[in-house]
Amino acid sequence: MRVMAQMGMVMNLDKCIGCHTCSVTCKQAWTNRSGVEYVWFNNVETRPGQGYPRRYQDQEQWKGGWVRNRRGRLTLKAGGRWRKLMTIFANPVLPNIRDYYEPWTYDYEMLTDAPLGDDFPVAQPKSLISGEPMAIEWSANWDDDLGGAPEHAPRDPIVERLRRESEDAVKLDYEQAFMFFLPRICEHCLNPSCVASCPSGAMYKRVEDGIVLVDQDQCRGWRMCVTGCPYKKVYFNHRTGKAEKCTFCYPRVEVGLPTVCSETCVGRLRYIGLFLYDADRVTAAASVADERDLYESQLDLLLDPHDPAVIAQARADGIAEDWLAAARRSPVYKLAKQYRVALPLHPEFRTMPMVWYIPPLSPVVDRLTETGHDGEDAGNLFGAIDALRIPISYLAELFTAGDPEPVRGVLQKLAAMRAYMRDVTLDRPRDESVAGAVGMTGREIVEMYRLLAIAKYEERYVIPTAYEGEAHQLEELACSLDVDGGPGMVGSGPFGEGSGSPMPVSVETFHALRHRQTGDRVTDPEDRGARINLLNWDGKGRPAGLFPPPHESPPDEAPPGPGDITGRSAATPSSSDPGVDR
Amino acid sequence: MNGIDVLLWGVLPYLMVVVLVGGTIWRYRYDKFGWTTRSSELYESRLLRIGSPLFHFGLLVVIVGHVIGLVIPKSWTDAAGLSQEAYHVQALLLGAIAGFCTLVGVGILVYRRRTTGPVFRATTRNDKLMYVVLVAAIVAGLATTLLGAAGGEEHNYRLTVSPWFRSLFVLQPDVAAMSGSGLAFQLHTLIGMVLFTIWPFTRLVHAFTAPVHYLFRPYIVYRSRRPGAARPTRPGWDRTR
Repeated sequence: MRVMAQMGMVMNLDKCIGCHTCSVTCKQAWTNRSGVEYVWFNNVETRPGQGYPRRYQDQEQWKGGWVRNRRGRLTLKAGGRWRKLMTIFANPVLPNIRDYYEPWTYDYEMLTDAPLGDDFPVAQPKSLISGEPMAIEWSANWDDDLGGAPEHAPRDPIVERLRRESEDAVKLDYEQAFMFFLPRICEHCLNPSCVASCPSGAMYKRVEDGIVLVDQDQCRGWRMCVTGCPYKKVYFNHRTGKAEKCTFCYPRVEVGLPTVCSETCVGRLRYIGLFLYDADRVTAAASVADERDLYESQLDLLLDPHDPAVIAQARADGIAEDWLAAARRSPVYKLAKQYRVALPLHPEFRTMPMVWYIPPLSPVVDRLTETGHDGEDAGNLFGAIDALRIPISYLAELFTAGDPEPVRGVLQKLAAMRAYMRDVTLDRPRDESVAGAVGMTGREIVEMYRLLAIAKYEERYVIPTAYEGEAHQLEELACSLDVDGGPGMVGSGPFGEGSGSPMPVSVETFHALRHRQTGDRVTDPEDRGARINLLNWDGKGRPAGLFPPPHESPPDEAPPGPGDITGRSAATPSSSDPGVDR
Repeated sequence: MNGIDVLLWGVLPYLMVVVLVGGTIWRYRYDKFGWTTRSSELYESRLLRIGSPLFHFGLLVVIVGHVIGLVIPKSWTDAAGLSQEAYHVQALLLGAIAGFCTLVGVGILVYRRRTTGPVFRATTRNDKLMYVVLVAAIVAGLATTLLGAAGGEEHNYRLTVSPWFRSLFVLQPDVAAMSGSGLAFQLHTLIGMVLFTIWPFTRLVHAFTAPVHYLFRPYIVYRSRRPGAARPTRPGWDRTR
């Protein structure tokens, strides 16, 4: 046994309203640069739908992930080492930009500069790839909220598979349609096929927290990782010629802050915490013969952080005490292994993904009530689960390689929680048989309810910081904000886009970050290279530089400021507890 | 043998090596982030899928041919019982086919680069200069091969160019041998030296980091967050095949 720590995430799909806030804030933080216009480290897909990029789940087309060969060993679906090197000059299964979408902007200048005429000027869409006017035909969430579903949803690979198996499994008629949202980030897999695909060895899994990253200095742009990842969550920056991917916001996580997507999630549906797993058994667990056993074998890898033997081995393997304590409080361990309500996405890709999902329970209570039943009665709820609008078979194809039993088990637990908690809320005697029917105790149900429904900030995010001993390195003392142009320096060196000395990955220092999180004053952005990061703006007052200096206004006239917008002046004292409304 | 010959064949090669080696080291230290293939496959893959393998595999054969022709002395192949005619035929066949593939490949790639809007937009001036020198080197090289088919003692590069090439490594450049070779060979050699001189400053550097080590490393790579920390001696699990 070799114990390693892994940062994991759980998303509660029951709560996702598909608002895309996570996608937008992530994009603002990480991919608002040229070359990555089409890149969404976080995206939210409507299911049924084709996903992003289109039909990425169809591995017969895209050849991502691992397969088990005849000898029972794992091999990359796109081919082994020799095949990779032989196809390195033109990767045969690399998605084209049109499989994502052609990014565009609008010719806004036309709106103000058009000559006077009879027609209203329009801002034409222009491709950011070719610079030419273009017709917008697809985007990252073109089929959002089932938009165009009659046309697009039948091409959902899961819908196709289910239709092959039974004629009427997935209904797409308006009256019978279902949908739910699936937010996706990089899975930070235990057995990452992107890392295995990288010929340069530029991709790696971090020993300390299992975050999968791309070394931008070592990446040579061979593009094999894009093919290797079955979730298509490694992207190619077409300006710098380097691969980029979700970083699990490691600069934030290292100082104990949740990722941007989690922090800004309106539904508060994301959970971040540690898994302890047995690194020696990963390959064996990923190689089990039957795809439907992969969920259980993945669960088996996760070690009980309360087990004294595990703790002793973890200490021997160099995991710090505060990390072990965090692992014991980990919400993701509780949801995935203890309560068994979170499921991995597409375990059949054999990458051992570490972002888990609680499947959505359809609006079942209302439906039952409409039909004259007691919608929150446990018996009625259990009976209704197989008749849910979101077919269990669809969820099973997503989360358990087609095995409906684990999904049914999760939905029954969620239903039991409702029935049990109704008695608690109404101050009626608790019906322990409801808890027992799903293999839980009443106490466990209440705990799970607290984690899922109350979902306090401190309980959703249990993130140990990077080791004390390393703290001085995290401060980036050598961080070169004073290099040419500072952190905002973007542009071309003599050898093309992005060449030249490397820029610091994170322009935030540890202290600046903590100061802003805990201070009640606005951090002066002047010392940050005069860039305003609105993501970090806490809404308190007006950071200097938010607005450009007033243009040729008389010096004695006060410039308009956002104090007028918010109705508060910058001097308004903040609330006493900044954490209270998070 | 005059002053120009000494300059071209006695001094220039060493200057080229200094710039190539020094420039590569400098680039590696200064511009690791810019050290990439700068692939444009995302924009266009139909033509690339034909042109790029044609060019690269052709070039690999061409490189092997150069090594054989320049490094192995004529006396060795003679001793092995390979007649001049037989050597000539195989070198011509191999060289012509590989050279032709390379030329067609680079032709497709240049055509693609010029006609595909997004690819052309991503082309720097540096790239354009590199393409001119690269195509000139290939054309001149193919010309020497075809001229060699015409026969004639001055086209037997193994008596002129090859001894000069080997003499460079012992720091006794045989300028007379090189100046006695045909104009086509001299032109090809000069263009080649220009190509190697600009090499470190173009996208061609990606060839120096050809990922051969991929064949030997474990599939999953671990790294520690601590920059100074040694990598674990043992990967987390056994090598996957």
